[in-house]
Amino acid sequence: MTTSAPVLPKLIGERVKRREDPRLVRGLGTYVDDLKVTGMRHVAFKRSDIAHGTIRKIDTSAAEKMDGVEAVFTGADIAKILAPMPIGTPFPSPPHYAVAADTVRYAGEPVALVVAADRYVAKDAADAIVVTYDPLPVVVDPEAAMEGKPGVIHKDFPNNLAVALVPSGTGVAPDFSKIDNTAVDKAFAEAEVKISQRMVNHRLVPNAMEPRGVLAHWEPGKETMTIWSSTQNPHILKTMIAAMNGLGQHQVRAIAPEVGGGFGAKINIYAEEYVCSVVSKKLGIPVKWIEDRTEAFVATTHGRDIIGYVDIAARKDGKVLGLKMRLIADIGAYNMLLTAAVPTLTMLMANGTYDIPAIRTTLTEVFTNKTPTDAYRGAGRPEATYFVERAMDMLARELNMDPAELRRKNFIKPNQFPYQTQMGAVYDSGDYEKTLDVALKAANWKGLIAERDKARKEGRLVGLGLAFYVEVCGLGPSSSLPTGGWEHGQVTIERDGRITATTGASPHGQGNETTFAQMLADQFSVPFEHVTILHGDTGIVKQGIGTFGSRSQAVAGTALHLAGAKVKKKMAQFAAAMLEASEDDIVFENGTIGVKGAPAKAKPFAAIAGYAYVPVPLPQGMEPGLSDEAFFEPANNTYPFGCHISMLEIDRETGEPTLVKLIAVDDAGNLINPLIVEGQIHGGLAQGIGQAMIEEAVYNDEGQLMTGSFMDYAMPRATDFPRFEMASTVTPTPVNPFGAKGVGEAGTLGSTPCIVSAAVDALSPFGVKHIDMMLRPEKLWKIINGGGRS
Amino acid sequence: MIPVAFDYQRATSVDDAIAKLTASGGKAIAGGHSLVPLMKLRLSEPGTLVDISKIPGLSGVKEAGGKIEIGATTTHAEIAGSKLLRDKCPILAEAAAEIGDPQVRNRGTIGGSLAHADPASDLPAVAIALDADIQIKGRSGARTVKAAAFFRGFYDVDLAAGELIVAVHVTPVRSAAYAKLHQRASHYAIVGAAVALDVKGGVIQSARVGLTGATTHAIRLAGVEKALAGKKADGVAAAVASAAGEAGDLNADLHASADYRKAMIPVFVKRAVERALARG
Repeated sequence: MTTSAPVLPKLIGERVKRREDPRLVRGLGTYVDDLKVTGMRHVAFKRSDIAHGTIRKIDTSAAEKMDGVEAVFTGADIAKILAPMPIGTPFPSPPHYAVAADTVRYAGEPVALVVAADRYVAKDAADAIVVTYDPLPVVVDPEAAMEGKPGVIHKDFPNNLAVALVPSGTGVAPDFSKIDNTAVDKAFAEAEVKISQRMVNHRLVPNAMEPRGVLAHWEPGKETMTIWSSTQNPHILKTMIAAMNGLGQHQVRAIAPEVGGGFGAKINIYAEEYVCSVVSKKLGIPVKWIEDRTEAFVATTHGRDIIGYVDIAARKDGKVLGLKMRLIADIGAYNMLLTAAVPTLTMLMANGTYDIPAIRTTLTEVFTNKTPTDAYRGAGRPEATYFVERAMDMLARELNMDPAELRRKNFIKPNQFPYQTQMGAVYDSGDYEKTLDVALKAANWKGLIAERDKARKEGRLVGLGLAFYVEVCGLGPSSSLPTGGWEHGQVTIERDGRITATTGASPHGQGNETTFAQMLADQFSVPFEHVTILHGDTGIVKQGIGTFGSRSQAVAGTALHLAGAKVKKKMAQFAAAMLEASEDDIVFENGTIGVKGAPAKAKPFAAIAGYAYVPVPLPQGMEPGLSDEAFFEPANNTYPFGCHISMLEIDRETGEPTLVKLIAVDDAGNLINPLIVEGQIHGGLAQGIGQAMIEEAVYNDEGQLMTGSFMDYAMPRATDFPRFEMASTVTPTPVNPFGAKGVGEAGTLGSTPCIVSAAVDALSPFGVKHIDMMLRPEKLWKIINGGGRS
Repeated sequence: MIPVAFDYQRATSVDDAIAKLTASGGKAIAGGHSLVPLMKLRLSEPGTLVDISKIPGLSGVKEAGGKIEIGATTTHAEIAGSKLLRDKCPILAEAAAEIGDPQVRNRGTIGGSLAHADPASDLPAVAIALDADIQIKGRSGARTVKAAAFFRGFYDVDLAAGELIVAVHVTPVRSAAYAKLHQRASHYAIVGAAVALDVKGGVIQSARVGLTGATTHAIRLAGVEKALAGKKADGVAAAVASAAGEAGDLNADLHASADYRKAMIPVFVKRAVERALARG
């Protein structure tokens, strides 16, 4: 007899549609701004409209008199109840008051706040606060800033050096006690070809669809703080809020409800989160602050902003002998949670996918009077990729070599993995040449070259770009993260056989409710619909770190799988008792639990679950119930990679660039849900192409953000792109059981260098060798008309 | 992004709107896609908004007596989708389709766009090229102003307090086209050129040219119009070469220098002429 029940499909590797989307696209998601707590008041911040100055006087009298205003706090008031904000990196850092106490250092820095009955009154009252400043010299250019010009922003940091020249690479002792330049100097002395180029990886505004928001609720009776926030990492938020409020962690519950995107900018724990918590505690009432878009442009951390002086040395046959990268990061006015660490990832990944014998990188981080930077999708790795790939492209052009063949010649070979880089990373696995070949075939590289050459003969400005990337993902062992590098998962089989699982990864667009459910449904052989993933609430999710660094699947997914394995073992023991069989013979199959070779004995999954909760009789030595947890800490990061190819055409009359083709071949190891993976790559590509072509945060000499709204800061739209052509290769990682590497940031890595290289190729008839992003039409028009070459 | 407090009144007719505007000293609002962003930035703080968007008969595209009348509260999306305009006066539909994004086109109106007169908005140039009659009503009655005279300066139009644009009348021209260099964030025009031609046997008999984005307000390029008269396709490039000089002082901003705009003016005037010629 064969069973008539439908066979459950295996879900890992399937293109399952995101279960999050039906509620999100219908407007049924609950975000911080949707939440109301009885007695809640509203906070609005008065922000500095100048970039640098001392506060001479703050007049809050008009604001205090307004109907509906409950309280006004200046920076001095807040300093009495809140210590300067901590950072999450081991670098020295100047005091950073959540609300400026005596000096403002960027336009947008909070100087006072109002607590009022509604948002409108709060905003009116904040507007009524009058601040008088004594202006100080405004530091905008990071390279001038390094010489203390035109002023110094933090008195204990002469020449504005937040991090003064950290070296890394060949011949540098891990504790920097010894720097031996012999190998690097020799490589450059022996080189037949050398390329030198200053490149700017410019500043960006993250612009999540949902701006930030906080609702803090101190309950004086219970002595507990509940804080809802649009954050990527509620558990870190809980830790920090407890510490800064003098509370135990048991007294704080942090909740990230629906979060409308973060892109790294919602990792940081912000002034507004600390301030709302201490104000709620001080006043004994719940308070809410919702960031508006104008604030978001200046009050949420920015991304990138690194200058790279890149030198590459090679033989005439294309073999790269040496690489130098002198990095200068403009981090803005303050160190935030991870600010100082982000550019160190640029150093770590400086050699990209290449086996380069001698490398020297140095990093200097500089304060300027701008919004602070922090992680932004890719966080340090797109910068590394951009610098090394642009240098490789310039080298290929100098040697008149095919850019693909130059890369092939210098790749780390498959038999070299695990590969210890000169920069201190251990690449887990890779087969770069295979991916290159798939990309060349998918793009029809030779055909594209013929197409470009034909267009060129017709007088059109068409160019091709190719870039290879490797990134560090799946962060990471605890040695690489001050928070700890593990993740936590708990799996509970409910009495009715439904599965509820919690994860410490707090998604904000990644689709973990879908992918993790796919995994667990397969693990227990139950329907997808029977598995629910809970996240984002420290009152429900016992422990966690958060979602960043493309770590959810590799780390949190594994934790859930390990928790699931523990529960599954216990469930098998209950089944063995009920079915009078050996535990080793128990099989989970198609929504049932049965005995190997005796299909008729199989019981529904729910029946065994029910038995575990009403265990009559209770099998000897067992506890009732089916719930268990696991922490997973990977032994290493993962190193996904890929190859992106683009074709770009530039309008000869106007300089307007049009992206004609983009081919992305990505290797993220094994994929749980290729549909979600493609969506992640699409989003990353949009941000990378956006940076290359239309997005740029521009400050003027007064430290004012000139691109402070969507009228002047271009967010990419679907109409800005061609249809992306995508393919993948699969090189599993050995560091987790799924062999999954992570993919959330990948799209931002290959896209910027491949597009800029295509633009340089298109304009190569005019003798141009490098063009800094973004590709403004006017900039390209100038090159076409004989100016602006570099 | 929170405006100051304001009163809101809904007008039921044009006369009612004029009375309410006069009594309150407020501002008219239709789609709100020019005014509301300024209010949210607290750059505009009207005490009263008089909503004219629901006034019966103020919206729609219709043909009468050889002219096309477009009601003041007709949205950009309605203009872009109008079969009448696409058949008989495609420049208007084409320009409206390039404004902003779908949300802006679904809410923004032709009357609002012309009255607001952003230096980089598209429709003023088109109205000039079509020699549109702008129908205005106020307390003292109705009057008509030619588009080229309506735009006077930086956000300055020939519209007195308490007056409303009620409609735009154009004589339909098929051989007319609009070409613009998009500012990639706002999709306003860095330079936008609108050209309407009278063409016989491939020869331009006469031309009207409107330019936006380049100067403080949309302007007519009468010198270029003269130069284009009598030209065939092969004479267009030379005829438009003087366009930038005629425009006078040029805007310069984050997105484009004056030099770049200067170079782009003849490019986009030429493109508009070529497209208009292609329409026969």
